[in-house]
Amino acid sequence: MKPIRRFEGVVAPLLRANIDTDAIIPSREMKRVSRHGLSEGLFAGWRYLDVDERRPDPEFVLNQPAFEGASILATGPNFGCGSSREHAVWALQEYGFRAILAPSFGAIFERNCFNNGVLPIRAEADALDRLLGDLGSAPGERLLTVDLENQRLAWGDGQSFAFEVPEVQREMLLNGWDPIDRTLQYGADIDAFIDSDRKQRPWVYDRG
Amino acid sequence: MARTLFDKLWDLHEIRPLDEGESLLAIDRVFLHERTGSIALTTMAEEGRSVRDPKRVFCTMDHIVDTFPGRGDETLMPGGTAFILATREAARNAGIQLFDIGDPRQGIMHVVSPELGIALPGLTVVCPDSHSCTLGGIGALAWGIGSTEAQHAMVTGTLRVSRPRNMRVRFTGPRPPDVTAKDMILHLIGRHGADGGSGYAVEFCGEAISDLSVEERLTLCNMAVEFSAFTGLVAPDERTIDWCRGRPYAPGPDLQQAAEAHWRELVSDPEAVYDRQIEVDARQIRPSVTWGTSPQHTVALDGQVPDPASVGNPDTRAAMERALAYMDLAPGTAMADVAIDAAFIGSCTNARLSDLRQAAHWLQGRRVAQGVRAVVVPGSSTVKREAEAEGLDRIFEAAGFEWRESGCSMCLYAGGETFGPGARVVSSTNRNFEGRQGPGTRTHLASPLTVVASACAGRLRAADWPEAVSA
Repeated sequence: MKPIRRFEGVVAPLLRANIDTDAIIPSREMKRVSRHGLSEGLFAGWRYLDVDERRPDPEFVLNQPAFEGASILATGPNFGCGSSREHAVWALQEYGFRAILAPSFGAIFERNCFNNGVLPIRAEADALDRLLGDLGSAPGERLLTVDLENQRLAWGDGQSFAFEVPEVQREMLLNGWDPIDRTLQYGADIDAFIDSDRKQRPWVYDRG
Repeated sequence: MARTLFDKLWDLHEIRPLDEGESLLAIDRVFLHERTGSIALTTMAEEGRSVRDPKRVFCTMDHIVDTFPGRGDETLMPGGTAFILATREAARNAGIQLFDIGDPRQGIMHVVSPELGIALPGLTVVCPDSHSCTLGGIGALAWGIGSTEAQHAMVTGTLRVSRPRNMRVRFTGPRPPDVTAKDMILHLIGRHGADGGSGYAVEFCGEAISDLSVEERLTLCNMAVEFSAFTGLVAPDERTIDWCRGRPYAPGPDLQQAAEAHWRELVSDPEAVYDRQIEVDARQIRPSVTWGTSPQHTVALDGQVPDPASVGNPDTRAAMERALAYMDLAPGTAMADVAIDAAFIGSCTNARLSDLRQAAHWLQGRRVAQGVRAVVVPGSSTVKREAEAEGLDRIFEAAGFEWRESGCSMCLYAGGETFGPGARVVSSTNRNFEGRQGPGTRTHLASPLTVVASACAGRLRAADWPEAVSA
């Protein structure tokens, strides 16, 4: 996993509540047993006037020139609710998104983000409104700095606000650690737990 | 210290804390399907890792597989066969049990796992599928995860989990005889919002919950994720224990007594403290249906499409307007005046034997209205066989329903089968999101009983036969 420490990027607003993972990537866009090739399907139901011909809808935020190359998505509460499909995160990531700002996230989606090195940042709706209102509308004025080390978002002439990411996740992202490798370091604890649990709940391991 | 059921399940599985609020939990069962399990298995193999204990990992074909009679590996969904073949090969290489196409045990994962006794009270069960919370209905601690976490669970036998808070939802009073578990959960989400359970493990209790059959509890907990809960739970009771007894993977004779004694301890202490409590008067619940594109867009069947203009919050109003435009409905329209094009019974929510019995019971001697396409897809191959043994298939077919093989089918559109753009479907499924059942398809979530009643009326309609509920 690629570490995330500090980066600057264009922020694109998609301020709707309850954007579900079916909307982020419709099931029909998950065409292969792969984590790749998914960015074309990102928001496919909204992004294209004609999905089959991939004819872009110029009204959709990501199709507007000001948001070209956006790497930060600002969105509404409960973003990523619904289906557990990790493809939603893979599609956002492949498109270029590295951080998502929202008042809240679907729980499975949020875990999937951390596990793939995409940073979900919880920000109150009014703080997000202020931030977006502060940024200018010209292409060069949509820039935001995400600083995970100091847990701060910064923009303009020194404006900023603090955010918080659980410490375990922050460490994981800053170092680009693989969660499975990290967990395997607790191998002795896991073995000891299973040995003792097997005596307490034998039917879990063998139906008898 | 007094503990909730959730606290007890957490403590039983906690290997060690990792940091404030996060622990390493032992995972007792992993269940996969060909849609998201395939990538977990293939990535695991590519990374040179293997399953720690293959006996405790299972896989089924449900999401992509066709449900037409005589189906094989070919799928209507473009490219679907590749998922099926990849899953079959990866499951074989991983040494895990696969319930393949043609296997008499095949079916929708959340129907199959309790039916076979793979999910049991007190077990932690995870699947790369958001409706894993279904299994809370028998008192398992079960939740949906991503494919990467599925790989983590298979390889390490554990997961890193942030501890959710405790919520109790108490349904007081007896429910009216025509109200099903589906109506109860839709009512709750309608009242408290699609994110009302966010950050919580939700325990359902109260008279109207104890009164539910085990299968109804599975229906109730199935939609805990539509409430944005980490999971839903109902404490196991004698009904649960009887229901689990003798299932193929349930504890055998030597261990049955010890297991059942353990399950009887899985209840919240009377003094246990919850972070949030909700009371719902079950007597006030009426058969319900969704009007919009979120499960919180719920209304009673004798109610009307709500008016966004009556809502103060501009974001909520905008979302309602968007939903009405997608659903092609006008505020103030009586739900009973909404004409439908299709009726669907299926999914991990409402396609168990008791659902099919109840629907068929009402349907006996009636006909689906002209112009309405009606489909019933049993939740598992076992459910299908049992339903056929009782003659339910003949009742459905005589009424004009198509009778299918088991799978997720049209609960979700994956590029294959759909009722079509603009089609209005009354559906026993769990998600009414835009495009969920196909581009432009309009979904009204309801109970199987409402689905059959609506199919016959050609319009959204509650069943006028309350005795049917106790089937």
